[in-house]
Amino acid sequence: MLEVRNLFKAYEDKSLLNDISFTVAEGETICLLGASGSGKSTLLLIIAGLESSDSGLVLFNGLELTNTPPHLRDFGLVFQDYALFPHLNVNENVAFGLRMRRIRQVEIDERVATSLELVSLAEFGNRKVNDLSGGEQQRVALARALAIRPRLLMIDEPLGALDRTLREDLLNELRMILHQAKIPTIYVTHDQEEAFTIADRVLILHNGEIVRAGTPVDVWANPQSAFVARFLGLGNLLDGEVIAENRFQTQQGLFTVECDHKHSNGDKVHLLVRPLATDAQRELNALNGIVADMIFQQDRFKITLENGFYIYLKEAQEIGQKISVQVKVECLA
Amino acid sequence: MKQTISHGDVQSLKRVKGLFALVSPWLGRILLWLLPLTFLAIFFFLPLSRVFALTLNASAFTAENFKIAYSALRFTFYQAALSTFLTLLLGLPSAYLFARYDFGGRSILRALTAIPFMLPTVVVAASFNALFGQRGLINNLIHPSSFILHPFIAILLAHVFYNTTIVIRIVGSALSSLDPKLEQAAHSLGANSFRGWWYVVLPPLRPALLASTLLVFLFDFTSFGVILLLGGSQYTTLEVEIYIQAIKQLKLPLAALLAIIQLVCTLIFSILYTRFVARAAQQLAPRSVHPRKSKTIFEKTIITAFIFLLSSFFLLPLASLPIRSIFRLEADRGQRGEVQYGFTTDYYTELFVNRRGSVFYVPPIQATLNSLSYAGVTVVLSLLFGYPAAFALARPSRLEKILDPLIMLPLGSSAVMLGLGFIISYGKWLTSPLLVPFAHTLVALPFVIRTLQPAIASIPQRLRQAASSLGASPFEVWKNIDFPILRRATLAASTFAFTISLGEFGATLLISRPEYPTIPVAIERFLLQPGGLNYGQATAMASILMLLAVFSILVIEKFRLPNSGEF
Repeated sequence: MLEVRNLFKAYEDKSLLNDISFTVAEGETICLLGASGSGKSTLLLIIAGLESSDSGLVLFNGLELTNTPPHLRDFGLVFQDYALFPHLNVNENVAFGLRMRRIRQVEIDERVATSLELVSLAEFGNRKVNDLSGGEQQRVALARALAIRPRLLMIDEPLGALDRTLREDLLNELRMILHQAKIPTIYVTHDQEEAFTIADRVLILHNGEIVRAGTPVDVWANPQSAFVARFLGLGNLLDGEVIAENRFQTQQGLFTVECDHKHSNGDKVHLLVRPLATDAQRELNALNGIVADMIFQQDRFKITLENGFYIYLKEAQEIGQKISVQVKVECLA
Repeated sequence: MKQTISHGDVQSLKRVKGLFALVSPWLGRILLWLLPLTFLAIFFFLPLSRVFALTLNASAFTAENFKIAYSALRFTFYQAALSTFLTLLLGLPSAYLFARYDFGGRSILRALTAIPFMLPTVVVAASFNALFGQRGLINNLIHPSSFILHPFIAILLAHVFYNTTIVIRIVGSALSSLDPKLEQAAHSLGANSFRGWWYVVLPPLRPALLASTLLVFLFDFTSFGVILLLGGSQYTTLEVEIYIQAIKQLKLPLAALLAIIQLVCTLIFSILYTRFVARAAQQLAPRSVHPRKSKTIFEKTIITAFIFLLSSFFLLPLASLPIRSIFRLEADRGQRGEVQYGFTTDYYTELFVNRRGSVFYVPPIQATLNSLSYAGVTVVLSLLFGYPAAFALARPSRLEKILDPLIMLPLGSSAVMLGLGFIISYGKWLTSPLLVPFAHTLVALPFVIRTLQPAIASIPQRLRQAASSLGASPFEVWKNIDFPILRRATLAASTFAFTISLGEFGATLLISRPEYPTIPVAIERFLLQPGGLNYGQATAMASILMLLAVFSILVIEKFRLPNSGEF
């Protein structure tokens, strides 16, 4: 369906997007995950046709869109600050795109009602948008974008301004709506929890480049780079040096890790120490240290060691105690 | 998945409407500027250059011409300096009063002092005439006194009446942002009252003082209607001299020479003013002082007396005009014997009668209709030229930084000079009544742009992008997003244009045909003709114009964005 091919964009000599390529398949939700300033929103505006790229192509069903103005692209866009029209009420906001398409009034009414129902705002049609709460405004923005039955839906940080419980509720609601609508969707966020909840596939953006792409399970299991592991908070990172095949010297001692890529002696690598204790029999590596701090987290304890590493354990430990835990260690790039 | 527009549709539409996407941002900007700049080129810069060219004509540089120019220039400076001094004399205590004291009717009195600034010059001139003139209220009602104000003093007072609000606004806002604790600190450090003022209060006020002084001086320097109508033939400033030389003496080269001298002077003052405004704006501290009630009896007496003086000075001329328009105080022309003095509605009913029936005589109601239709056309034209310019200026690029001062230039040049430029450049079309609204548009355009621009800038770009992504074409975006949100600002801008056109006097007097007079031109004619009926009709028309202007001021204040459109 949507294909983005080798997009470049610079702003005032600063590279904003650097050779971005990806596809979105029919009914698929992909998530652009990245810190603020990583170029996510710019990418959406370029796909929508509201900004131009310096080079590269945006294609839909194989047809190139460069010369198609934004209002003819049929792409729904939900803005971060919603961008609801303040002089129109909820109904009129949702009807806007349909009016632009010169659809008969009867059908407009019908589709506005359906869209509002989908976001559970059926009774809100005559309200002023400025009287709505943040969560309600967010849902009106979504209804407005869905009402035109877009060929592609793009959502920019929709939950950023909302408080935590509202976010979780809306996130689940959004997931169901996207599944129901079966519209290919690009969802932009800086929140990994959001991304992993909603996405079929995650693209992690860093300094205008896609540094990792894959399903949530794949990305989680196999971050591939130190940046992704750190960004997702997957565990403790260690600098290591190769001293023999699958043997690494670190500040924490020697580790034995099976590595996918070939290394020669003396190479520097990053090691990821997952913070979960594993079965001692199968794992070759142990994390040693003195307990510095312990935080109770419902079903487990987060233990911080004096050397800065952390690990999750089922049992409480005493502060000042020396412990040794078998851990899973992975080799990154 | 359902689709409302299939891709084939998009492809075919692409060829037609894809043009919008192909238009580069630069080309878009140039398209926006095309209309306003063409208008300015034809109706401002070309006439201006023709005036210049005429000055270079050898016949302009004669000893006699320079003598006339010198005496006009000297008197212009003299009256402007004196008027400015008097304005400061009234304005500074008033500014202090409004900034520091709280009293009943404070905001009403403040609004009252601001009204004259927006009134057409003929209305102010007629008001002073109705109060102090030979046929005015004082001279006719208080009989033994036989009091007639000297014309020169009437000019000065009218200038003070006009411009005091500038001092109150600029100096007052600087004063109220000045922490009174500074003065107290100075006293605690051993400064007496005078030294406290001199060293602590005055220095931060200096830019505001200079800015308001220059602005008042600039307005007094280019004053036309007040001097022509109140001063009679003996007092000629540069403005009046340009008019006399161009219309009465038909010496266009001399008029052009005077106009250039005038332009150079106003340009210098404008540049100085802009510099001081920039500095005055920097100095404003965010904290403001709350005005307080007067405490001691001495303080109370002084303040009450000053409030009385201030309110009478502003109220009396404004009130005397409508009062004079409904009282017969002198006999009509040709009326002998039985004259009913006192209350009358004749002056208003006479407006609808064509008493003389001559070819060149136009009944007042016709002048009113002319004025209204000119004003209507001015509104349309100034929105037509103002909207694209305001759109471009709301999101300024490098281009706009150059064009912004250029488009504000007509503000700095006098109305009489604009009229002179029209006469020189388009003399053969002067028989057409269409030229007048173009001149009015020129005067109104800076105000219209400055009203629309902040409103346009206040619309988030996101809203336009959202509309565009929902399928609105660029025109539909403007129609459905910009226009509805800008309705209030558009109304304010239209009212500005309408009011300016209704009251415009200088340019209109030069270029309007005798058979198409406007209300101000008709008022001038009536004022200068003998007989009680003519005078009464002048006051009646001026009263109507005043009512329209005050109504417009209220509309503008209601619909303008707060904190916008300071000039």
